[in-house]
Amino acid sequence: MTQLALARALNAGMRRAMEADPKVLLMGEDIGRLGGVFRVTDGLQKDFGEDRVIDTPLAESGIVGTAIGLALRGYRPVCEIQFDGFVFPAFDQIVSQLAKMRLRSLGKVALPVVVRIPCGGGIGAVEHHSESPESYFAHTPGLRVVACANPSDGYWMLQQAIACDDPVIFFEPKRQYWDKGEVDTAPGLSEVEPMSAARVVREGTDLTLVTYGPMVKNALAAAVAAEEDGRSIEVIDLRSLSPLDTEALTDSVRRTGRLVVAHEAPVFGALSAEIAARITEACFYHLEAPVLRVGGFSAPYPPSRLEDHFLPDLDRILDAVDRALAY
Amino acid sequence: MTVDASNGAASAHHESSDSAHEDVRAADRPTRVAEPPELVQLLTPEGDRVDHPDYPLDLAPDEVRSIYRDLVLVRRIDAEANSLQRQGELGIWASLLGQEAAQIGSGRALGAADMAFPTYREHGVAWCRGLPPRKLLELYRGVSHGGWDPAEHNFHLYTIVIGSQALHATGYAMGIQRDGVVGGPNAAAAIAYFGDGASSQGDVNEAFVFASVFNAPVVFFCQNNQWAISEPLERQSRIPLYRRANGFGFPGVRVDGNDVFACLAVTRRALQAARDGQGPSLIEAFTYRMGAHTTSDDPTRYRPDADLEVWKLKDPIERVKAYLARNDLADQEFFDAVEADADELGRQVRADCLDMPDPSPMAMFENVYVEPSALLEEEREQFRTYLASFEDEEAGR
Ligand SMILES: Cc1ncc(C[n+]2csc(CCOP(=O)(O)OP(=O)(O)O)c2C)c(N)n1
Ligand SMILES: [Mg+2]
Repeated sequence: MTQLALARALNAGMRRAMEADPKVLLMGEDIGRLGGVFRVTDGLQKDFGEDRVIDTPLAESGIVGTAIGLALRGYRPVCEIQFDGFVFPAFDQIVSQLAKMRLRSLGKVALPVVVRIPCGGGIGAVEHHSESPESYFAHTPGLRVVACANPSDGYWMLQQAIACDDPVIFFEPKRQYWDKGEVDTAPGLSEVEPMSAARVVREGTDLTLVTYGPMVKNALAAAVAAEEDGRSIEVIDLRSLSPLDTEALTDSVRRTGRLVVAHEAPVFGALSAEIAARITEACFYHLEAPVLRVGGFSAPYPPSRLEDHFLPDLDRILDAVDRALAY
Repeated sequence: MTVDASNGAASAHHESSDSAHEDVRAADRPTRVAEPPELVQLLTPEGDRVDHPDYPLDLAPDEVRSIYRDLVLVRRIDAEANSLQRQGELGIWASLLGQEAAQIGSGRALGAADMAFPTYREHGVAWCRGLPPRKLLELYRGVSHGGWDPAEHNFHLYTIVIGSQALHATGYAMGIQRDGVVGGPNAAAAIAYFGDGASSQGDVNEAFVFASVFNAPVVFFCQNNQWAISEPLERQSRIPLYRRANGFGFPGVRVDGNDVFACLAVTRRALQAARDGQGPSLIEAFTYRMGAHTTSDDPTRYRPDADLEVWKLKDPIERVKAYLARNDLADQEFFDAVEADADELGRQVRADCLDMPDPSPMAMFENVYVEPSALLEEEREQFRTYLASFEDEEAGR
C-alpha cells in the first residue's frame, strides 16, 4: 500500500501500462516536457521518449482523429484533453468515428483509444474549464464512459481502460488531483474490481445516494452529516457511467426504498434522469419516495465567483436527502 | 503575392496553385522557423527608423508620442493585473508582456467601423477599442464571462476556446460583404486575432477556406509569440506561418511583432485591402511571450531563460522610447508625464478591481434565453427558497 495523490496515481497507472505494453502511447497538448497542465503525465516523456509521449499540435479533433489511425495500426493511444470544455472540437471524431468503427466493420475493427478528460468545477477557473460533459458521451452507444473518484480507482481503472478493446472516455475529477489516498499496487490487473462495476462506498439502510467522480467526496460527507441526525445513507460510486451497473443500483434501492442521484452536470437530460427512469421502472414497488436529483442548474456554468452556488454542496445534497425521507 | 480586386476569389485560387509548389519544396526541408526571412520592419530594436517599399508610414510626432503612451499604459494595466492575481484578487491573468506593439499597432490601425475578434490576451487591442480595463478584470476575477456589448466598441467578447473566433470574424466579414458597403466610403473589415498554437485548429483553417472562397473582408492577425503554453512553434508548423496563406489563396506577410510602426502599417494596409474588396490576408506578427502563459503557468519547466534575455533586447517599448529621444521628439518631462499617467491608471485599475461587487447568485439564471424557460424559472424559485432557508436559520439564531 502506498499513499498517492490522484494525479500521481494516474501517472503511475499510465507508467505501468506503458511498461507492460509497448503499443501504449500518450498524446495531448503540453503533456511532454511540461507533464500536462495538471502534471498528470509528469516525467513520462523523459522516461519513455517523444515517440511514446507525444506533444501534439493544438487541435483536439487532430488528437482523437490521429489516435484512431494509430489504433488501426495496432497502437493503444491514451489522449489527454486539457480541460473538459475543450473536448468539443473532437466531438465528431469521438461520436461519429471512435464510437462506431466496431459496428461499421461488423466487429472486425477494435479501437482501444482512451480519452482522458479532467472534469468538474470548483477550481476558480474561467469559462470552459469546469464542465461536466459526461452525458453527451454516455448518450453515445459504442463508448464506455467511466469516472474515477479516488487515487486507487485512478490507478486501476485507467489501466483497465487502456487494456480495454473498446474506446473509453475517462473522466478525472480535477479539483481532487492532489487529494491523497491508499493505492495497493500489488495485485495484477485481472485481480482487481472491473471498472464496469459500481461500488457501495458506504453502507446504509434509509436511502441510497448515487453519484460519481468529483461528487463522491461530497456524498460521503453528506452521509456522515446525516448519520448525526440518525439517518443511515448508503453511498454508491457508479464508476462506470456507461454501461450502467443497474444491478448494483436496484439491489441497493430495493433495500432502502429511496434514491437521490447527485452530479455536477445540469440535471436536465443528464445521467440522473436515466437512472431515475430505470430505477422507477425496476423498483417501482419498493420505492417510498420519488427519485430525487441534485445537480447543476439548466444554465451555462457560471463565472467562478458563483460556482459554489452552482455546484451541489453538502447542504444541497442533504436538502434532497431530507426531502426524499420526508415522503 | 497580391490578389487582384476585380477578379476576387478566382484569381486567388489561380495564384495559390503556383505558390503551392514552392511551399511543398520548403516543407521537405526540416526548416526550423527561427530566423524570419522576410520580416517587415520599420523601427529597429535600437530605435532606428527604416523604410520598406511596400509600407510607407508617415507619423506626426504627436502620433508617435500617443503610440508610446498606449504601449506604456497597457503594460501597466498588465502589470497591475498580474499583481492583483498574485494577491488573490483575480482568479487568473493572461499577460500580454512583450506583445504590446503587435496589439497597439494593429489595434490603432482599426477604424471605428471595423470589428475585432480577440482571444483572451488582447488587452492592448481592448485598450485601443476603448473598452474599460475593468471589463477585462471582471472576466479574470470570475465576476462575469466578459459581459460587454461587442457592438459598443466593435470589440467582440474574449474567446477562450482556441481558434473559434476566426470563423466568427469571417462570418462577420461575410455580413459586411452582404451589406454592400465593401469598396464604398462606409466600408468596414473584420480582424481575427489568434496565436501560433491556434493556427493548428480546424476552425482557423476552415476560416481561411471560407474567407478565401468568399473573398471576405477579414484580416487574420496571428501573434506568433513562439509558444503555445509549453509547446514551441515547431510543434505547430514547419514553415513560417504567414506562408500558409498562399496555400489558401490569399496574401500572407510576416511583420516584426515588436515593432509598433510596422504592425500599424501592415495592418492598415491589410484592412484597407479588405475594405476595398481585395479579400482576406494573413499577418503573422513575429513576437515573443515574455511572461508565463498565464499566472497558472511555470515556464521555467520548459523554456530556457536565455531566450528571454535575447528578446528583452527587442523590447517593443524601449525602441519607441529610443526613437523619440534620439530624434528630439520627446523630452524627459514627457516620459515622466507618461509614467505618472501609468501610475494613475494602475491605481485606477486596482481600485476598480477591489470595488467590484460579487454578482448575485440569482444572476446564474439570467440571460440563458430571450425569456427564461419554465424549467429555469422553477429552478430559480427553488434555489431562492433554498437560499432563504439559510437566512431564516441565521435569523432564528
Ligand atoms: C480548444 C482549446 N484547446 C485547448 C485550450 C487550452 N489552451 C489555452 S491557451 C493554449 C495555448 C494557446 O497558444 P497560442 O494559440 O499560441 O496563443 P497564446 O496563448 O500563445 O497567446 C491552450 C492549449 C483551449 N483554450 N482551447
Ligand atoms: Mg502562442
